[in-house]
Amino acid sequence: MAEENLPGESFFNRNFGIGSSDLERILNTALGKKADYADLYFEYRRNEGISLEEGLVKNCSQSTANGVGVRVLAETKTGYAYTDDITIENLELAARTAQYIAQNQQSQLPISVGHSASEAHDLYPIKVPVNDVSLDQKVALLYEIDKFARGLDARVKNVFVSLASEYKVILVAASQGLVVGDIQPLTRLNVTCIAEENGDRQVGSFGGGGRVEFGFFIDTKDYERYAREAVRQAILNLSAQDAPAGTMDVVLGPGWPGILLHEAIGHGLEGDFNRKQTSAFSGRIGQRVASELCTVVDDGTIPSRRGSINVDDEGTPTHRTVLIEKGILKGYLQDRLNASLMKMPLTGNGRRESYAHIPMPRMTNTFMLAGQSEPEDILRSVKKGLYAVSFGGGQVDITNGKFVFSASEAYLIEDGKVTKPVKGATLIGNGPDVLTRVSMVGSDLKLDEGVGTCGKDGQSVPVGVGLPTIKIDGLTVGGTRA
Amino acid sequence: MQSSCPLNALNYLNESWRDMERLELSQELGRDILAMARSQGASQGDVVMVESDSFFVTVRMGEVEKISQAQEKRLGLRLFFGSSSASASTSDISKKSIARLVEDTTRMARATAQDPNSGLPAPEKLAREIPELDLLDADARSIPVEEKIQMALAAEKTALAYDPRITNSEGGEFSNQFGRVIYISSHGFSGEYEGSTFGHSVAPVAAQNGSMQRDYWYSSNRKFSKLESPKKVGEKAAQRVLRRLGARKVKTCEVPIVFDPEIAASLLRNLSSAISGYSLYKGASFLLDKLGTQVASEFVTVIDDGTIPAGLGSRPFDAEGLPTNKKIIVEKGRLQSYLLDTYSGRKLGMESTGNASRSVGEPPGVAPSNFYLTPGTQSADEIIGSVKQGFYVTELIGFGVNMVTGDYSRGASGLWIEDGELSYPVEEVTIAGNLKEMFQNIEMVGADLEMRGKIASPTIKISQMTVAGN
Repeated sequence: MAEENLPGESFFNRNFGIGSSDLERILNTALGKKADYADLYFEYRRNEGISLEEGLVKNCSQSTANGVGVRVLAETKTGYAYTDDITIENLELAARTAQYIAQNQQSQLPISVGHSASEAHDLYPIKVPVNDVSLDQKVALLYEIDKFARGLDARVKNVFVSLASEYKVILVAASQGLVVGDIQPLTRLNVTCIAEENGDRQVGSFGGGGRVEFGFFIDTKDYERYAREAVRQAILNLSAQDAPAGTMDVVLGPGWPGILLHEAIGHGLEGDFNRKQTSAFSGRIGQRVASELCTVVDDGTIPSRRGSINVDDEGTPTHRTVLIEKGILKGYLQDRLNASLMKMPLTGNGRRESYAHIPMPRMTNTFMLAGQSEPEDILRSVKKGLYAVSFGGGQVDITNGKFVFSASEAYLIEDGKVTKPVKGATLIGNGPDVLTRVSMVGSDLKLDEGVGTCGKDGQSVPVGVGLPTIKIDGLTVGGTRA
Repeated sequence: MQSSCPLNALNYLNESWRDMERLELSQELGRDILAMARSQGASQGDVVMVESDSFFVTVRMGEVEKISQAQEKRLGLRLFFGSSSASASTSDISKKSIARLVEDTTRMARATAQDPNSGLPAPEKLAREIPELDLLDADARSIPVEEKIQMALAAEKTALAYDPRITNSEGGEFSNQFGRVIYISSHGFSGEYEGSTFGHSVAPVAAQNGSMQRDYWYSSNRKFSKLESPKKVGEKAAQRVLRRLGARKVKTCEVPIVFDPEIAASLLRNLSSAISGYSLYKGASFLLDKLGTQVASEFVTVIDDGTIPAGLGSRPFDAEGLPTNKKIIVEKGRLQSYLLDTYSGRKLGMESTGNASRSVGEPPGVAPSNFYLTPGTQSADEIIGSVKQGFYVTELIGFGVNMVTGDYSRGASGLWIEDGELSYPVEEVTIAGNLKEMFQNIEMVGADLEMRGKIASPTIKISQMTVAGN
């Protein structure tokens, strides 16, 4: 973004009581004589949560946070300081603290100002953020959902509904003259219910959201679908049997099961692990890591998605990055530090949880492109296996590549037919090899509903995933029936 | 977007930051805020304030990689209007922002439902004195940054030098935090305490025949001088990563499982969440209505103690101003106490157990304090020695625990036990069962309890679980 486009100088002066000369001085203090790069990250964030349980909206809570982080890069080193009390004195103190990192620097190796392949976007032009919708309307929605869910089945014993909304404003000012801002609204509606029958209790949960307005949930009564799904899942699990244990063919349904990609390969392709050579994917660009049917991308530019952002938290516009093309490993996800050290392009994946955190390479929306097979044909091709359509969380050990993810709705497949529901089983596999065993890819690509949050090194960021129906030849299913 | 967005962003930031007049956090400020709220009609309320000063350094391959230093302040307010309530928090501690906080909280509280069980604890239950629990290491404030960096470097150096197969590292870290917590309630409680925590860790990477493994070790303590030495942390991390090299899958089977102390502690975490008052009144626990019954084997006695001097989970009073205490949670397998705060206690017709916990700006929840399984008499070697064929689990990954049903299925790695001895490393398998049965099937408890964190356990053996592999 060109500097002359920006009203930055006068705005700092007029509004912050921090003039451009102050800002420049702070960035210069941060740079010192030996650092390569410095940036300031200003953030204002307002979060609101409303929740219903036992038929009552008992809690409303809100938090407001603002602060600034000062970062200094010197070769592989990062100095960071932040404060939630924004004054010139505190900014200068933070700059001197962050500068400490560069003090013992031997040589000066100017950081290349990486160029991003993408133009700026406007992916979530929102008129009224959910935070600003009247509380009465939001409370009324929660009561409506409770009533609707309870009316669906008499076995529903309790319903929990929560609506979380965030309104976040960021501003990045960097030593090479970049000043970029973004407003990032985010909202999520969740319905959980507990069903009971003959003393057996089961839970079902469903939700959705994105960088959307309140109308996203109510215009087409999508909240009714969330409630129906939560109830259906809980009721289904009342009749589920124990999951099998052992290696078998697994069919993953479309959408949220894309968490497989996030865990099995996404984390392993983040630039930091690859620069340090601690990922099971280190040094494997150009090699086959998946069957020919698999093309996987990370795309931060899909309008209104939970995992999308106009710019990352270093001011780089987001991008569509091909990670795997027809089975061949193509690219990594980068932040500024790692792109520079690896001499690779910026991909707009430098993200952080808040001003209290240092950016690192993170995913945005990670999904597999659609294939040719009909989903019914995929199921029909399995003699004995597991069909998993919904999942809880997952985790991966980056270094040895082992990943797990836990099914919250799954069925046995017997002779090509979906038969009995089975209770949550954990699936476990090896990242660099699981996609090589993908033997069919469906035509039904679906992105998830917008509920994902990814944790790495203690930092949480919103993400999305997506998948068509796929068949994996032989994956370990961790049930109890040996 | 290109020009308008930064413009809007700056306007927004400006609005929130224009008021530069900062206030210091104090008990007096809390009382002033509650007085302001009362004048606007609030019937009850409380204020939580947290102030912290934190530092961390990470090193990697002998070089400093990241240094971060920060001060943070947060103020949270909860107000009751009759029996409806709401909470809010801010990091902007200024007059204008606090006035807005009171206004927002009032507005939100008026939108929530009347709930007869809501409200502060009865005044007579509040802590009358604030015990000195030795939670702060004030002298450690003067430890120079260089010394902290050296700690992290030394642990990593030890690990890297331990064995030629250790060729890489995810890095070493040293961190410390000094914090102050202030709690004021309109029932007359006014108290505060300070505390510190220190931690260091290292995560070496070892390689053999083209495949890599990573593991780590750590130490954390409220006193700087009580941390394990960098040498010890580095050596332990090295031993842990080396024993994983060459790991393989095993055939699907049902065998005895031995959990090392770190992993056994995760089962106690599951237990603490199942006996949380909130899980119970919502019907979201596999231990519903089990108070007074046998929920584990006779070898299981679990204690929750918020009063251990210098304990990582100790506090002089809980998040509602109630005294903390030591209590038996499970006695020889019998469930003796839930973990409750005032609200969840009222929902269940019981008294709070002094376990209220909250993040600033949220209503209270429940958390264990120092929560541990009391040690048995056997050594870890004796426990492993009792197993003919089995699995010694040293790491779990994933979230496959259903707290409503107790169904349990998680990714595991560790070492295979053959004829009472650790033989080869195992990975890419799951262990599965149901927590209800797993607790009943604990048939040995080790003597090796160490309070390395607020939740701790000795080595335990579970008679049988399903291992899923080939």
